[in-house]
Amino acid sequence: MTMRRAVFGLIGAAAFAAPAFAQDLAYETIEKGRALVIAGDCVACHTPPGAKPFSGGRAVETPFGDILAPNLTPDRATGIGAWSDEEFVRALQQGVGRDGEHLFPALPYTAYTKVTRGDLVAMRAYLNTVEPVHNPVEPNQLPFPFNMRFLQFFWKALFFTPGEYQPNPQQPADWNRGAYLVEGLGHCASCHSAKNILGGDKAAMEGGTLQNWFAPNLTADRRVGLGAWSEDELIEYLKTGHTARSAASGPMAEVVEFQTSKMPDADLKAMAVYLKDIAAAPAVKATPLAADRADMQAGAALYADNCSACHVGKGEGVARLFPALAGSAVVQSDDAATLLRMVLQGSRSAATDAAPTAPAMPAFDWKLTDAQIAAVVTYARNSWGNAASAVGAGDVKTMRNALKN
Amino acid sequence: MARKLPATDVVIVGLGWTGALMAEELTAAGLNVVAIERGPWRDTSTDYPTTIDQDELRFGIRLDLFLRPAQETFTFRNNLNQSALPIRQFGSFLPGNGVGGAGVHWNGQTWRFAATDYKLRSYLTERYGAKFLPEDMTIEDWGVTYDELEPFFDRFEYISGVSGKAGNIKGEKDPAGNIFEDPRQRDYPLPPLDPSYAMTLFDAAAKGLGYHPFPRPGANASRAYTNPLGVTMGPCTYCGFCERFGCGNYSKGTPQTAVLPVLMRRANFEARTLCEVLHINKDAAGERATGVTYVDAHGEEFEQPADIVLVCAYGLHNVRLLLLSGIGEPYDPATGQGTVGRNYAYQSSSGARLFFEDKRFNPFIGSGVLGQSMDDFNGDNFDHAAHGFVGGAGISCASTHGRPIASSGTRAPGAGRWGMSWKSQVASTYQNTTGISGQGSVYSYRDCYLDLDPIYKDRFGRPLMRMTFDWHDNERKMTNFIAERCTEIAKAMNPKTVQTNRLSEHYSVVPYQSTHNTGGATMGDNPKTSVVNKYLQSWDLHNVFVVGASAFQHNAGYNPTGTVGALALWAADAIKNRYLKNPGPLVQA
Repeated sequence: MTMRRAVFGLIGAAAFAAPAFAQDLAYETIEKGRALVIAGDCVACHTPPGAKPFSGGRAVETPFGDILAPNLTPDRATGIGAWSDEEFVRALQQGVGRDGEHLFPALPYTAYTKVTRGDLVAMRAYLNTVEPVHNPVEPNQLPFPFNMRFLQFFWKALFFTPGEYQPNPQQPADWNRGAYLVEGLGHCASCHSAKNILGGDKAAMEGGTLQNWFAPNLTADRRVGLGAWSEDELIEYLKTGHTARSAASGPMAEVVEFQTSKMPDADLKAMAVYLKDIAAAPAVKATPLAADRADMQAGAALYADNCSACHVGKGEGVARLFPALAGSAVVQSDDAATLLRMVLQGSRSAATDAAPTAPAMPAFDWKLTDAQIAAVVTYARNSWGNAASAVGAGDVKTMRNALKN
Repeated sequence: MARKLPATDVVIVGLGWTGALMAEELTAAGLNVVAIERGPWRDTSTDYPTTIDQDELRFGIRLDLFLRPAQETFTFRNNLNQSALPIRQFGSFLPGNGVGGAGVHWNGQTWRFAATDYKLRSYLTERYGAKFLPEDMTIEDWGVTYDELEPFFDRFEYISGVSGKAGNIKGEKDPAGNIFEDPRQRDYPLPPLDPSYAMTLFDAAAKGLGYHPFPRPGANASRAYTNPLGVTMGPCTYCGFCERFGCGNYSKGTPQTAVLPVLMRRANFEARTLCEVLHINKDAAGERATGVTYVDAHGEEFEQPADIVLVCAYGLHNVRLLLLSGIGEPYDPATGQGTVGRNYAYQSSSGARLFFEDKRFNPFIGSGVLGQSMDDFNGDNFDHAAHGFVGGAGISCASTHGRPIASSGTRAPGAGRWGMSWKSQVASTYQNTTGISGQGSVYSYRDCYLDLDPIYKDRFGRPLMRMTFDWHDNERKMTNFIAERCTEIAKAMNPKTVQTNRLSEHYSVVPYQSTHNTGGATMGDNPKTSVVNKYLQSWDLHNVFVVGASAFQHNAGYNPTGTVGALALWAADAIKNRYLKNPGPLVQA
């Protein structure tokens, strides 16, 4: 429908040069661009809390240092108002700035390169309509030598494959749409794929650690991935931030609030179809730790006192309010970063129009010692059918210190 | 000089239950609403998460969530001949403070005042004759009917997540619920909480005496629940830290767990906390309010112009704000003239304490609502002709809490007051005692009222409000009667000993009794005996609505919040569907 009206608008504009039709075309493009900018979650990095939309300056933390997200408003001096569409497309598809400089991949151009030129032009058209804000931003806050942009040339040679998404003709349209969104604009791999020492992707979608959060495995692994999730559950999660078993919190709460809860249902369905089709690596056989271990016994007592009021006696949780711990990927992932930080610092879950409650987990850093947290976390990782490695007091201490910085 | 802010459609004084409910209704209708709240922002996970919400010393004894007398207090006297003195430590009642108001730290008991309450004077006069009522009793009809309010009771119960069992759905009675209740359109949204052991003993004893006990209703969610606004609540864990405490489990119906998550997402709503309204402003003609003046935490004054002013603070504060703003004529007990401050009322308590020897009541399993009640002697559910008094009480055996500090105050007969003897009896009494209590009505009287104190002032130099109140013979007779009934049931439960608790000789503001203060800005159909009309709209300034228990013409033997919630939704409905179409008096005086 959108396409037909757009084409009709083009013909109309060409044949009669009628401004009304031209405007109609612009509206369609801008609306399409607005939806795509939401699907790309551009606002998350490019808008500091409380600032005007897309005015830039929010720090994107990387293992190499901070990069400030630039001003994307149409301000000609400090935003992208003076950029041509070509320059905009080149930045996102090739990671090259307006002056030909290499961009840091904090801008996820390794994913955005898959976005079609037409979609990028539409996004640009939308960004042209937002309020221009004069806000000079120097993105490069990295320490030497990471601040040397020419080094990105080598990085790109190693880790960057440019090129628009090519549909897989063996797969149905929604699968391809899902792949386009997940691998492209959605840039899910930015968090959910582990990074190598240079910040390049390894082991696609098997989970990754960023800013002391572990973004879980999105493959079909039943224990630590999405294997046990239905398509409908995934859609509900992306749309509302909550399901009977889970809640989005931390960086994923932002993704749901800014991005997926505002996407059309058809796109969420497509993403779910594609996500459910990501094959898992061969499952690692996991056996729960023995219940009579000292840490498991202490953990059981700590769980009853501190956790069971919300997460309930057998880790089953309360649907759409308190996440289930039994069967949870976050709880059982090899990397317990998210679990530890949730216990130490607490976290508020996503608030959406469909699920506005946004219940929060309180912080326990002031209440439980490193050894107590290690015990209760180890207990949760190895009870009610869960199985995962033990967490030691040293791991808790490391996370506690990391969160202080 | 106050800095004048851009005008808004609606300004709300106080963001507790009534403010939040009305803001939700009016923002949904498209109005821009600003709520001004004296206390701080309060949020479940930051202010009373499960990690701290059961700190009895902090919340139960030091009253962390409550109003500080330094912020605002009242002066008190028992009668017109005394000089009132300021309450320097809140005791018999505990006003709330902050977003959510007393809705944060209430128990959750959610009742509907009876149909007879809204027409009390005409009803009692018709049944018993005018001479049956004491001459100085100044009860009135409220101008509204139960049938008008029923849909709004229903909506409040569904918003706040009430657990309970209906006893009368559209006239069909069910003895598992309260057969004395007035017809309701449907059952409560959630089934009753699981009963405690003490409740089952009471239930059997009361039934054995021919009474009609039922699980009392209230906003402690017995199951996980998503309310009509889309907000989800968690199942109650029976931890017993409700009254005086916030609920860290999202199980108690509060503005925070039921309304604010939706309200705060609305772009046309704004809450300003730590801002205290000094007075409501009027136009030169004295026909309309023009907004409010408030002072923020830095002491800076602001004028917030608004087309509609909703006075939604605690009932007593509502009355004081009217008096300070010169809205309506202050009540004068000497002449009986004037209305603002008239018909202040309270509640009476009496009952029996039971001491057993071989029981394990496990009182640490509890919830604010958990209790078995009977309405056989409430309101006018029994014939008063032979008794020589009017009114009554709800009688309950409750398992609200087993808090260690509070429970240690219960002393078995003959036990020591200190030392080893006291300690050993605390240990045994904790498990072996339960109580039966009557929460009784207090009707209104010519000499029970609120006015501005002639001497004492608050930190802004404004007069404190003076309360003049004492028990009257009608209430003494009624509570004696209730104390006897409680004792009778207690004995049927076969305890070792029973203590009967009666009304004190005079009302005192020191020991805690009830925060159910009512009246002073009463509703009715006659501007000579009420401050607001049946829609809670001021008779004097048509764009001022005064909402809360301040509107009650008398107090009944029920907790007030259900009726307060229904009146707030009723008033919001009147604003949306009547006032906005034709701003002006909704009832012609």
